[in-house]
Amino acid sequence: MDQQREASTFGMWVFLLTEIMMFGGLFGAYLIYRIKYYDAFVAGSTSISVNWGFANTLVLIGSSFTMAMAVWAAQKGNRKWQINFLILTMILGTVFLLIKAKEYYDKYEECHIPGHIIGKGFNAWGGCKLDDPKLGNIAEEMQEHARNSRRPVPADAFVEQTAKQTEIFFSFYFAMTGLHAFHMVIGLGLLSWLLFRAWRGQFGPDYFTPVELGGLYWHFVDIVWIYLFPLLYLINRTRTGI
Amino acid sequence: MPEKHYLNDNYGIRSWLLTKDHKRIAILYLISVSVMFFVGGIFAALVRLQLLTPNAELFQRDTYNKLFSEHGINMVFFFLVPSVPAILGNFVLPLMVGAKDLAFPKINLMSWYIYIVGAAFSFAALCAGGVDTGWTFYPPYSTGYAKTPVTLLAIGVIFAGFSSIFTGLNFIVTVHRMRAPGLTWGRLPLFVWANYATSIIMILGTPVLAITLILLALERAFHIGIFDPRLGGDPVLFQHMFWFYSHPAVYIMILPGMGVISELVTCFSRKRAFGYPFIAFSSLAIAVFGFVVWAHHMFVAGISTYSALVFSLLSFAVAIPSAVKVFNWTATMYKGSISLETPMLYALAFIGLFTIGGLTGLFLAALGMDIHIHDTYFVIAHFHYIMVGGMVTAYLGGLHFWWPKMTGRMYPEAWAKLSALIVFIGFNLTFFPQFILGYLGMPRRYAAYPPEFQVLNVLSSAGASILAIGFLLPAIYFMYSLAYGEPAGDNPWNAKGLEWQTTSPPPTHNFHHTPVVTEEAYNYGAPEEVPVAH
Repeated sequence: MDQQREASTFGMWVFLLTEIMMFGGLFGAYLIYRIKYYDAFVAGSTSISVNWGFANTLVLIGSSFTMAMAVWAAQKGNRKWQINFLILTMILGTVFLLIKAKEYYDKYEECHIPGHIIGKGFNAWGGCKLDDPKLGNIAEEMQEHARNSRRPVPADAFVEQTAKQTEIFFSFYFAMTGLHAFHMVIGLGLLSWLLFRAWRGQFGPDYFTPVELGGLYWHFVDIVWIYLFPLLYLINRTRTGI
Repeated sequence: MPEKHYLNDNYGIRSWLLTKDHKRIAILYLISVSVMFFVGGIFAALVRLQLLTPNAELFQRDTYNKLFSEHGINMVFFFLVPSVPAILGNFVLPLMVGAKDLAFPKINLMSWYIYIVGAAFSFAALCAGGVDTGWTFYPPYSTGYAKTPVTLLAIGVIFAGFSSIFTGLNFIVTVHRMRAPGLTWGRLPLFVWANYATSIIMILGTPVLAITLILLALERAFHIGIFDPRLGGDPVLFQHMFWFYSHPAVYIMILPGMGVISELVTCFSRKRAFGYPFIAFSSLAIAVFGFVVWAHHMFVAGISTYSALVFSLLSFAVAIPSAVKVFNWTATMYKGSISLETPMLYALAFIGLFTIGGLTGLFLAALGMDIHIHDTYFVIAHFHYIMVGGMVTAYLGGLHFWWPKMTGRMYPEAWAKLSALIVFIGFNLTFFPQFILGYLGMPRRYAAYPPEFQVLNVLSSAGASILAIGFLLPAIYFMYSLAYGEPAGDNPWNAKGLEWQTTSPPPTHNFHHTPVVTEEAYNYGAPEEVPVAH
């Protein structure tokens, strides 16, 4: 039994290594473009809601706490609190996804989306003109950012070009948070399976490996968000304020 | 043959499709990977048919693009990557470490199903017309300009990748946690070391390919602009991310083959492995170096001269551990009592062909030379010397070596020797002319070529048909041996290693008693044979 538990935990860590490399490729690509199109990334970053992002960070850290407590309750053999903490974790995970969905919807409304085909059948920068009132905020924010950082206020041509480049920021924003959200959905699936088994009273001081492994996975997904939040939401907010 | 073994333990299709026995899963892999090899082989045959004449007379140029793409994709992702690890590794690795099974039998079965799903997607893409991007999926071929089902195939490759991730994960945990008593790291068979190093690449490299292809699929579905220049993306970034996996993947494809050769050379020379720790650690060194040489595929793609310089230097460095292995194998054979059974013939072919393939790799790693021969048939010949001359040869050698263990029956030796010879001749006739063609400047992936190249191309196509016979023969006599082969006995080669201490075929739980290891690997020439433990 001990050997099995050791092997499973070891296997989970190896799997998380794989996950790190997977997100690593995405983070690497993000960093390259961020260096290349820094101004555009600042503009894009300023346009997403740091409040909702921060709220989500708190929700996820909270869910990590309840997950850790669920593992603890399983180790103690406390069936009632195992179930309670697992349910709490699932609720917090769902809240995270709902907030994320709201953020996505806002971006969609503002035409801050990549590509030609999503939504109303137009390119974000083709169908939505740059002087579209909904889109104006990107250009305004860029001008504002330039004023605040005491750099020469950019010319309109520069603003237009950079605004196009923000589409790449939004590509990464949706790809990275989307992949993360996908992991959250899988995590919720795992949690419901754990909940089912906990409800049947299968976990106790002698056998709690699945809860522990589910916890490892959940914490991993949490940590990915801890990196995503500053990378996407907090680029150079210091001068422009929130 | 033993009365009860893993093949007759229970019957019925369910007992196979729901099996958790690593040996049965290896057989499942053997069947499915062979099918993919056959499909990839048909495309290769069609490519060689087209190139018989200079003027693209057989197929349209678009069709030709699909032929070589499907050949590459089938062979690389669905044959070469899983061949030795998922078939031979799955079968013998747990036996070699004296375990009852892999660490996670269910995940092992799941990896086969994931492979099948991947293969199904790849067939779906084929039915939808096939892709024409080349096996490398470079944008913009694969993004803006592709009218072919690239997304379907990308999904298939992602699945195949995850299947190999799970195999690698299983191997790593098994080697760490499930070794028999007394089997220290220094006593592990070199095949296990090689598969361990391969697994490291699988779990660290494959996810990067997965995310790259996911981004490619998202780009095609939702037009996110990361690789497509029309959307503001950078195609060179795709090449970096693709080769970050696909160069290490070359070592995924060759390292297990090297492991097989280490087993064959020691067994048929009746000698200990010369420089065991050097062979073992050169596998790890290849795995590590393999991750820092990827940009040598991109010397002409517009990367900076300085980074090209560094990548060229590192690419030369990766030749060192490979050469260490070749020298150690030859030193192992030196003054050994060599017997030329079929597996040993393949091993000898491997050493020669791999050396040619490796040395021509150094031509390509040299910056100036690469500009001349980049994307020519020289590259094709180089990597086929590694992949076919190396990996397929090693795979066939290993399959012949362990076939008696897998089935309990011997294959017909004379036919096997003949087909080994045919493979060797056919292979060299196919690919040696391609070195010359490439050096003369014939580019790869073209449907037509100047008439003065025809002689060499005809030679190559003729060689390909000989090679095909060499691959078909084993398929026939292996089937034949299933019914009519001589019973092999537990240890037909008189080989060392725990897998030979159990019956052939092994019982479902591999060993009747947990084996205890008291000596180092390949202790050939010890005064007395180790008693057979049942």
